[in-house]
Amino acid sequence: MSPIVDIRDLRVRFTGERAVYALNGVDITLDQGEVLGLLGESGSGKSVTLKALLRLLPPRRTQISGSINVSGHDVLSMDSAALEAFRGGVVSMIFQEPMLALDPVYTIGDQIAETIVQHRDASWTNARQRALELLESVRIPSARQRLDAYPHEMSGGMRQRAMIALALSCEPKVLLADEPTTALDATVQIQILLLLRELQRQLGMAMIFVTHDIGVAVEISDRLAVMYAGRIVETGTVREVVKAPVHPYARGLLTSTIRGARRGERLAAIPGAPPRLDQLPSSCSFAPRCTLADAACRQGEIPMVELAPGRKARCVKLSTEVIAQSNM
Amino acid sequence: MSEAKALTSIAGVGGPQQPLLAVKGVSKHFAAGHGLFSRARVVRAVDDVSFSVEKGEVLGIVGESGCGKSTTARLIIGLISSDAGEITFDGEPVGPTLSLREVRRRVQMVFQDSYASLNPRLTVEETIAFGPKVHGLAPAEARARSHELLHKVGLDPAWFADRYPHELSGGQRQRINIARALALAPRLVILDEAVSALDKSIEAQVLNLLLDLKREFDLTYIFISHDLNVVRFISDRVIVMYLGEVVESGPVDTLWADARHPYTRALLAAMPSLDPEQRTQAAPIIGDPPSPIDPPSGCRFHTRCAYAEEICCSRAPRLMSAGNERHSVACFMAESTSGHSRATGASKSNRETEDVTDHHRSVLSLS
Repeated sequence: MSPIVDIRDLRVRFTGERAVYALNGVDITLDQGEVLGLLGESGSGKSVTLKALLRLLPPRRTQISGSINVSGHDVLSMDSAALEAFRGGVVSMIFQEPMLALDPVYTIGDQIAETIVQHRDASWTNARQRALELLESVRIPSARQRLDAYPHEMSGGMRQRAMIALALSCEPKVLLADEPTTALDATVQIQILLLLRELQRQLGMAMIFVTHDIGVAVEISDRLAVMYAGRIVETGTVREVVKAPVHPYARGLLTSTIRGARRGERLAAIPGAPPRLDQLPSSCSFAPRCTLADAACRQGEIPMVELAPGRKARCVKLSTEVIAQSNM
Repeated sequence: MSEAKALTSIAGVGGPQQPLLAVKGVSKHFAAGHGLFSRARVVRAVDDVSFSVEKGEVLGIVGESGCGKSTTARLIIGLISSDAGEITFDGEPVGPTLSLREVRRRVQMVFQDSYASLNPRLTVEETIAFGPKVHGLAPAEARARSHELLHKVGLDPAWFADRYPHELSGGQRQRINIARALALAPRLVILDEAVSALDKSIEAQVLNLLLDLKREFDLTYIFISHDLNVVRFISDRVIVMYLGEVVESGPVDTLWADARHPYTRALLAAMPSLDPEQRTQAAPIIGDPPSPIDPPSGCRFHTRCAYAEEICCSRAPRLMSAGNERHSVACFMAESTSGHSRATGASKSNRETEDVTDHHRSVLSLS
């Protein structure tokens, strides 16, 4: 089975007053029905990866190279007509803040119906009927009344559900989720995560879920990719990465989580801060913060090392013990 | 008293037994506007809230949006005035005995948005020296103090003193906010989601800094956060708020092991799992938190509670001791004489608690 998403050596550079090397060689393959969690801190390139997949980056200020293939579409060479059909029809996206993604002057029902009419050539009546089914599928109570509600009339959790319904309205093959639960209350976040997990399974969609929260990533993902300074530094199944991280950054990130730390004792924090990306990192970007770093880490680009099928890390210090550990 | 001396830490009175802060029956209601023919609506942001903070402890306050945790913080520091109740700082009632100006010497606050809480036109040095100058410290001394505090929060004064907020990262700005909060040598620092906007690796650094500063300056913290992992790590005691009321409070380990209020248990069960083999299978409660405008009658949680009965809709449970003297809960199930069908002795409630702690996946579904 060929992967539904195949990203190779994706590089994104923002030009202008200050150049930013946002993505520096990202490879992602995603099978049908698979959920990839993209884990990283702000500026690591997770959202840029999603936006590149939908060609949402401002073309005049962005230099993109590499290749993005989604379900047989060569995304980087599409013209605007093809892109319109692609966005929403093949790949759809949900965001952190539904208020910004939904149009405030149209009702929820009309927004969903309009999307369906645009993409599926359906009649308005059929599209409204489909919108109702969608609101029911995302468990919006009294869905029929909610069709005629405006976004501001809904609570945060309901708006997030409405945005999911809108994103799923044309049965995309791939759903991109950019921190969709970050702004929600704890008891609502878990409801949305469970809903997404269920819908993803039901519809057999592939999903890329961007988050900075390890717990959220564990709840939703099959595989994890940890990003740092515009590169993926470690990838594997959720179990592999969470239980036995091998890259020093991933290890630091997981041990600096507070859960399990002794109360009142200092946390094992990663020192320093992520690098500014105004220059292309020529060697390991994490070396300045890494306790294991030596001269070898500062010489040239660090290749991805395959530890096991699908299990990779980008570090020259992967000792044999570490690799043995990761194969446990 | 010389001006310089006025900015050394204010000595404690009443000894270690006297709470540093006592909040008693405090309420704050906001008018939510009303239409031409509809009655005025009231946001009951904080409703008859009482708690105390012991000297040297970290008190965590948790709850979802609209629960009143930030309003409580603003009431304590006097950013807004309360409608009812009294606040006592180390034995001195705020208002009659202790002026607002004096309260601000003793209580300082750090906010979530590190950028919005700094004046963009002031350098870092000016920002930190501002408070001490207002309180009468000579400019040269205020400057020296600001350099010393920069050093304490891990920023090199030689480089940072002349920087403006926009030149700094989020983590650096939050360190500046912490330094500014410490500039008046306060005894209580309120941290309102102070690490929530930071990246995880930076969050850990700032938490370490807070622990170090607490030890060095003998501080007491009120730590407000929605992140239960962080609250558990830093707090000695936690209070749980729901729609403007305290529903449960107790030592952090007691709450995690033996939460008695269904809302506290739901909050704990809603935490994402870190174990791929033990993912959450069902949401502990359904629906969004109701609006604090015209909150539900009786127990405010009854609209989302799996165990709600008639009594919960009509009467409001009071905060009562839950066995352990420092653990209290406002729930009819914990009141043996309330008439709630589940209000029984210790044996049953123990069994229920075990369900929660064993895998913290216990489902309090509405079905």
